[in-house]
Amino acid sequence: MTDVLLQLKNITKEFGGNRVLKDVSLSLRRGTIHAIVGENGAGKSTLGKILAGVHRPDEGELWVEGRRVGYRSPRDALRDGITIITQEPTLVPHRSVQENVFLAVEQGTAGVLDARRTARRFAALVEATGIELPGRRLARTLRVADQQKVEILRAIARDAKLFVMDEPTSALTTDEATRLFELIRRLRDRGATVVYVSHFLPEVLSLADAVTVLRDGRLVRTAPTQEETPERLVSAMLGRSLDLAFPVKVPAPADAPVVLSVRGLSRPPAVQDVSFDLRAGEIVGLAGLIGSGRSEVARTIFGADRAAAGVIELDGRPISPRSPRAAIRSGIAMLPEDRKRQGLLMLRSVVDNVTLPHLDQVSAAGVLSTRAERRRTSELIARLDVRTRSNGALVNTLSGGNQQKVLFAKWLFRRPRVFIADEPTRGVDVGAKRAIYELIESLAAEGLAVLLISSEHEEVLGLAHRILVMRGGRIVAEFDEQTMSEDAVLHAAFATAGERVA
Amino acid sequence: MTATTEATAGGAAARFVRRVDLAVIRDYGVVVAFVALFITLSLSSNVFFTWGNMKNLAFQTAPVGIIAVGGTLVFIGGGFDLSVGAISGFAGIMAAKIFTGTGIGLWGSLILGALVGLGFGLGNGLLITLGRVNAFIATLATSIIINGLGQVVTSGNLVSVSADRFTTLGLGTAWGINYPVFVWFGFAGICGFLLSRTAFGRYVYAAGGNAEAARLSGVRVNVVRAVTFCISGLAAGIAGVILVSEVQTAQWNANTGIEFDAITAIVLGGTSLLGGEGAIWRSVLGAFFLQMIGNGFNLLGTTPELQYVIKGLILAGAVSLDAWARRRRA
Repeated sequence: MTDVLLQLKNITKEFGGNRVLKDVSLSLRRGTIHAIVGENGAGKSTLGKILAGVHRPDEGELWVEGRRVGYRSPRDALRDGITIITQEPTLVPHRSVQENVFLAVEQGTAGVLDARRTARRFAALVEATGIELPGRRLARTLRVADQQKVEILRAIARDAKLFVMDEPTSALTTDEATRLFELIRRLRDRGATVVYVSHFLPEVLSLADAVTVLRDGRLVRTAPTQEETPERLVSAMLGRSLDLAFPVKVPAPADAPVVLSVRGLSRPPAVQDVSFDLRAGEIVGLAGLIGSGRSEVARTIFGADRAAAGVIELDGRPISPRSPRAAIRSGIAMLPEDRKRQGLLMLRSVVDNVTLPHLDQVSAAGVLSTRAERRRTSELIARLDVRTRSNGALVNTLSGGNQQKVLFAKWLFRRPRVFIADEPTRGVDVGAKRAIYELIESLAAEGLAVLLISSEHEEVLGLAHRILVMRGGRIVAEFDEQTMSEDAVLHAAFATAGERVA
Repeated sequence: MTATTEATAGGAAARFVRRVDLAVIRDYGVVVAFVALFITLSLSSNVFFTWGNMKNLAFQTAPVGIIAVGGTLVFIGGGFDLSVGAISGFAGIMAAKIFTGTGIGLWGSLILGALVGLGFGLGNGLLITLGRVNAFIATLATSIIINGLGQVVTSGNLVSVSADRFTTLGLGTAWGINYPVFVWFGFAGICGFLLSRTAFGRYVYAAGGNAEAARLSGVRVNVVRAVTFCISGLAAGIAGVILVSEVQTAQWNANTGIEFDAITAIVLGGTSLLGGEGAIWRSVLGAFFLQMIGNGFNLLGTTPELQYVIKGLILAGAVSLDAWARRRRA
């Protein structure tokens, strides 16, 4: 078994009570390209980060060349020749390419660097690898594709044996991606091992020697690429075993009035010519991969980002939300995708958070009525079943699920016409998920128009009356109650028709 | 596996205890330090805890205290104001010039002087929000500009006011207490009310605590921040006219350095440099504490120069404590 470079044994990883990886075991053979595929949230990025020492597993063992290791940082992993190249390159932007390449492995005399020697070293490296890069250019002036090459060179300069690449092509053009694939093959032919994390199946199939499929944090199978097809991979990723029961759908009547109408909404490159209607009482799911433009559509409707083109109508009247403030006033509410960064004031109380957008309703001449604030908040908190010591408790003392419910309370304080929920159950335990599903369903039943964005496709399938699938900033497919299926949504989202085959 | 789990649990418990301690020290450190210093000075000097010294202490603290109160709003809103020293100097010059040069009268010229401060504050606010200049740099730049303007309008000379009436605000008393003390407490009361009981106050905390979340909640973050700078400018203006009224002379660089005393008072009080947290009463206490150190050194007759070393060390310690408490909580 000398050709096994690295072994994972029964790896388990949790984030805040959420199991992201469950009992994953895997062997990586030296000199191969090993792809890891799975849906959004299947755990593939986490697996890559555990390999590279970014995260530490909660349970399980990591063996490198027959030796058990316990990495505490990427630096530890690097000592064994393991390096990670992420979606966003991490270069020192204002220094030159060659300085970045040799950062922290400079060779100098008593700490004094010799520019000519560095240049010679860089030239040698370029020649050995065939990666052409201008050594003296500043890193920040390079395109993302070239910045990735700098990272790869940097890894080679450190004698890396294992390259973990996490969605390396997500920011690249087709042409650049093709060149990256050549480079990856060349790395393999030099004896390096590459772990390639991606959800672009055609890429994976043309590039990798072996493919591992993850589903809901579990390893489904590892097989040689020759045995796989896009269809086989998609069906392996399907059918997450979540013990979640969704509430019974009560679709809006066909003659329900259109509340929100969006026509030709654009904010390039993330949002391109998006049009759809939202009826009263309807839950419309916006599905698609991360980065497909779902959140950007929501933010543009909510006025958080400015639209470049397009018309938005609310109850038949055109609106042009220039700020969230304007959108809130016209009756739109948005639960943002990142509750800590965009949603809550973590160091303020539940009351302060719930009433923040609605202080005009609990104040007279700008002076707050603490009693009115507490009363209204308590009602909402009771209705949403938020578990908290008191409504004066700081939000950061609550669990993720309860924090999320506080966010719902915040947006239900003043009854909106349109409710946009972006990743409403992210980082929330199963019990709270169930409660949030029921809440969303009941909001629609009350006549609100709901736009639901989720990376968990079964969530969209379980709740939405209609599903729009986005890819590359556009709506590429629409499914109604009769036509929607996980298979259809995933195929539309992944573009298994194959747009980016290398 | 079990050993690891136990170790983690034990570690978590220990971390929890440490975190609680640090957070408490950070939140109420200024109270503890204030009381401790107060008792120490009362015991070691029979002059300290007398009505006369207490009155004097409050009187001496008032200008810095007023600026610290205004600055607290800026800090909580996520900003920083270095220009208050320059503003207060310029406001004093304007009050003195208006009083001697026009027939507007005493109170009119003092109020106009203070309003000049408000105007500069508005300028800071616009520069920082619309101009997108970092608050530190923006107020550094405006303080250079304002100092320059002060030299221009005075030709670099002292502006003296001969009429004794001019000292009414600075030296006048009611029930034996100097007016500046009333102004300080009144201003602190108003700002404290604004911060804790009004919608505006909530917006200030939100803007400083999480600007993106505040914006997505419909808060006009830029407007809120600009207003905090206006209030800080007004505070500097008020302090400036009080100071000029005490000494009857104005000079462009009369109050150089007062901004650092105010910032020190705010930070010692426990208002975070990172925004989103803090309170007015903290800065009032912080200003008192700072003044008490100087007062104590004078009363005890020890090397007075050493007080700066002590003040600096205490400031560094307070900020370090804040950082540790935050890290544990993160």
